[in-house]
Amino acid sequence: MSDTFPSLKLVPKDDRPQSAKDFKTDQEVRWCPGCGDYAILAAVQSFMPELGIRRENTVFVSGIGCSSRFPYYMNTYGMHSIHGRAPAIATGLAASRPDLSVWVVTGDGDALSIGGNHLIHALRRNVNLKILLFNNRIYGLTKGQYSPTSEVGKITKSTPMGSLDHPFNPLSLAIGAEATFVARTIDSDRQHLTSVLRAAARHQGTALVEIYQNCNIFNDGAFEILKEPATRDEALIRLQHGEPITFADHGVFRDPDGELRVAPVTDANRDQVIVHDAHALSPARAFALSRIADADTLHHTPIGVLRDIQRPVYDTLMADQLATATSQHGPGDLSTLLAGNDTWTVG
Amino acid sequence: MTSQVDQSEAVDGPDGNGGASVPAAPLGGRQGPAKPIRRLDRVIIRFAGDSGDGMQLTGDRFTSETASFGNDLSTLPNFPAEIRAPAGTLPGVSSFQLHFADHDILTPGDAPNVLVAMNPAALKANIGDLPRGADIIVNTDEFTKRALAKVGYAADPLADGSLEAFHLHKVPLTSLTVEALKESGLARKDAERAKNMFALGLLSWLYHRPTHGTEKFLRQKFAKKPAIAEANIKAFRAGWNFGETTEDFAVSYEVPPAALAPGTYRNISGNLALSYGLIAASQRSGLPLFLGSYPITPASDILHELSRHKNFGVRTFQAEDEIAGIGAALGAAFGGALGVTTTSGPGVALKSETVGLAVSLELPLLVVDIQRGGPSTGLPTKTEQADLLQAMFGRNGEAPVPIVAPATPAECFDAALEAARIAVTYRTPVLLLSDGYLANGSEPWRIPQVDELPAITPDFADGPNHVLEDGSEVFWPYQRDPQTLARPWAVPGTPGLEHRIGGIEKQDGTGNISYDPANHDFMVRTRQAKIDGIAVPPAVVDDPSGEARVLVLGWGSTYGPITAAVRRVRADGGVVAQAHLRNLNPFPANLGAVLKGYDKVIVPEMNLGQLALLLRAKYLVDAQSYNQVRGLPFKAAQLADVLWAAIGTLEENDV
Ligand code: SF4
Repeated sequence: MSDTFPSLKLVPKDDRPQSAKDFKTDQEVRWCPGCGDYAILAAVQSFMPELGIRRENTVFVSGIGCSSRFPYYMNTYGMHSIHGRAPAIATGLAASRPDLSVWVVTGDGDALSIGGNHLIHALRRNVNLKILLFNNRIYGLTKGQYSPTSEVGKITKSTPMGSLDHPFNPLSLAIGAEATFVARTIDSDRQHLTSVLRAAARHQGTALVEIYQNCNIFNDGAFEILKEPATRDEALIRLQHGEPITFADHGVFRDPDGELRVAPVTDANRDQVIVHDAHALSPARAFALSRIADADTLHHTPIGVLRDIQRPVYDTLMADQLATATSQHGPGDLSTLLAGNDTWTVG
Repeated sequence: MTSQVDQSEAVDGPDGNGGASVPAAPLGGRQGPAKPIRRLDRVIIRFAGDSGDGMQLTGDRFTSETASFGNDLSTLPNFPAEIRAPAGTLPGVSSFQLHFADHDILTPGDAPNVLVAMNPAALKANIGDLPRGADIIVNTDEFTKRALAKVGYAADPLADGSLEAFHLHKVPLTSLTVEALKESGLARKDAERAKNMFALGLLSWLYHRPTHGTEKFLRQKFAKKPAIAEANIKAFRAGWNFGETTEDFAVSYEVPPAALAPGTYRNISGNLALSYGLIAASQRSGLPLFLGSYPITPASDILHELSRHKNFGVRTFQAEDEIAGIGAALGAAFGGALGVTTTSGPGVALKSETVGLAVSLELPLLVVDIQRGGPSTGLPTKTEQADLLQAMFGRNGEAPVPIVAPATPAECFDAALEAARIAVTYRTPVLLLSDGYLANGSEPWRIPQVDELPAITPDFADGPNHVLEDGSEVFWPYQRDPQTLARPWAVPGTPGLEHRIGGIEKQDGTGNISYDPANHDFMVRTRQAKIDGIAVPPAVVDDPSGEARVLVLGWGSTYGPITAAVRRVRADGGVVAQAHLRNLNPFPANLGAVLKGYDKVIVPEMNLGQLALLLRAKYLVDAQSYNQVRGLPFKAAQLADVLWAAIGTLEENDV
């Protein structure tokens, strides 16, 4: 499997067949009935056997929030940590154990509000982590306050006259932090979700996967336009590396001023539709794509892999420095270290 | 030079006077007029100058020379928080005090015998600490009208007779240095910068310090700039020769080596000892060391030091903030590393929530707090021990954490090993409380044999530890060792032991989420019982006559001044007992009995009475605080007065 998943080349393989069932725990899943988290859990459990690695070498780390209960339901090693800190904790684990496949499960409040600092630094460092950010644009566990991805003017318990703050676009933020892998998918589209998980797992370094997730209790229907058969074809832009970016008779074009624009595709302009290049080193195009959706209506929301580039991986670099130091100075000798070179003897 | 000597640790006869005179051996075989040599048993020197004058380096070098000569020693660096405070001002003064002796000493000394003042600010800032009769060596080149006015000298103190009580040596250090280097081809400004080495050379001559080490050091330090290296060496030698030839210094002094216990010694600072202790703990446990840290004074040197030892498998991670530093260390601990985070008080405050998580996860983790003056940013470069209660209680919920505190710079090594032993054995975060004084201060250290060091056994879980009613074998992450109450440490990669842990309350045994009231009550009490049950060495009381009625009890870096004060009191016929705590949570099992054995218990602390509060709460004893929070260690004389007063009140009561 190491060819399929180069990011897992140091993780021990398991030749025995695995199934989704192997990744289920005996714990009762306690999300609200109908929560989008169920679909994501099922998709992840079904996907994991594809990695072909030992289950005991897989770790899920989460913060706090509805989504962060995720590790309890995965029959791997796992840690349900504290609010916002999962990327930091997972960084220490991944950086010291290159033989593990480390996943972070977080939400919009956890990753973008209280833990924003850790997220951007994990992304720029490019530690071998796969971060699944469940974005439901609301605080679920604390019962319905607006989140850093909620639309302006959101009426919630803490904002009876409407929220005032401008939301984050998680993908723009990640690309701004020069993340090497940035993708978006939707809880209800199992096939797409699985394809994005696969691409993320294959990526060497930090992968950020934003998953639009429905909170049917506090923010029901937030992504309905992207799911309804009547609207989704016009609302969604499905990105494929190397393919022209088109959807429902429309395409994405570059204006003379460099801005991206959505327009109907005609025979006259067909050859001007831009071709998606997820591997472009410059983050500019991916950033522009991340801005193309209408923030209020979610029209023209791109899903799929926006950016997937190669950059040296932090944990590998760290291990390399250890190896270099050892080859230069030999393995450390404690007696020599303690003695130093300025000693005197008594008696 | 017949200084009135510092009495801080004078217990066995007068210091510094008399002694046989023998001819001096000139440096490097150069010939010079032989001057008489006088023997001293101890000397305290303070180098003081602008932050940019290189006083810390000068002090460090003199310390190294002194250590290699075999004296016992103790140092006190004191520098401003600003990297380059405005030149020539009082806030910009940086100093380094060194106490060395032919016998065992414990403190950097209360009052210097010799002050080297590189400018008027350095003189003004330090003169108040000098006893009458002390020697002052001033750099006259810096005593210009402007410089004097800058620090508020209306008249030139070198000329107005105000220093009559001292032995004043007026030396134009800058111009002598420039003169010595005039053929070096260096610009005047660069030549001037070597004046600290001239001063070091002069002091090295005065006290017969070996010079080879300094020359070697300079060659290494400036390996890439040989011209600068040569200039510094030249200035250093010129300073030595100046002492040898000038009339102003009629005698030189010798402080014979101290009679230390047999062994091989080196000089070591607290932060270096702590770094080595962490590496030793990693080697002795077989656990790879992972340090997650964010730069903060006065802890950053540990991060710097550990980052140099990657060939020991040490991973250092400079995190985006204090929280990420400890988070990464905890993540590494989950993966089977010896996870460490290093910081100072403000950082501990930021890490509290993660320490609480580690308490709940019951994973080994070391949290090293190099205390400094607080609250808030406080005094970043000054010492204090006011984080004890933060270490003890600074978390939400019942979150007990063991606390270890070294007493001397060299002891930071043992403290790191002890903290690691407790963390690994009991699967718990441990707080190690050092402070700025221990961190930067140094002393001779008998280098231990590696096989003398305690072994630390991680004892990872490798299989099921529980049998269900249906006979199936399972792994329960919170199934405890009946002796230590420690839970098993099962690291990822171990087949069959996959488990999930978190900060939510867990069911005893299974570790599954549990909100059950009785279970929570049980788990809270069990976590407390685990910490209370940690095996720590008993408190040792030093009470030679067995008749003391006053006990002085300290913790941390007050050990030196307290012990020096006790020696003074005893030398003058006073009877006092002393004990010092290295384990602050749990306390040694015999501590209650020890405290009850004395009529009076005095607790000196560089805070407003934090240990005293704990002792009073736990043992219902009338422990009396003596406090100081000046950013500087206690003086032995000051503590001796406190002890005499305590002895006195008891005797009065008896009348
Ligand atoms: S509150 Fe919302 S996000 Fe949380 S479990 Fe319920 S439906 Fe899911």
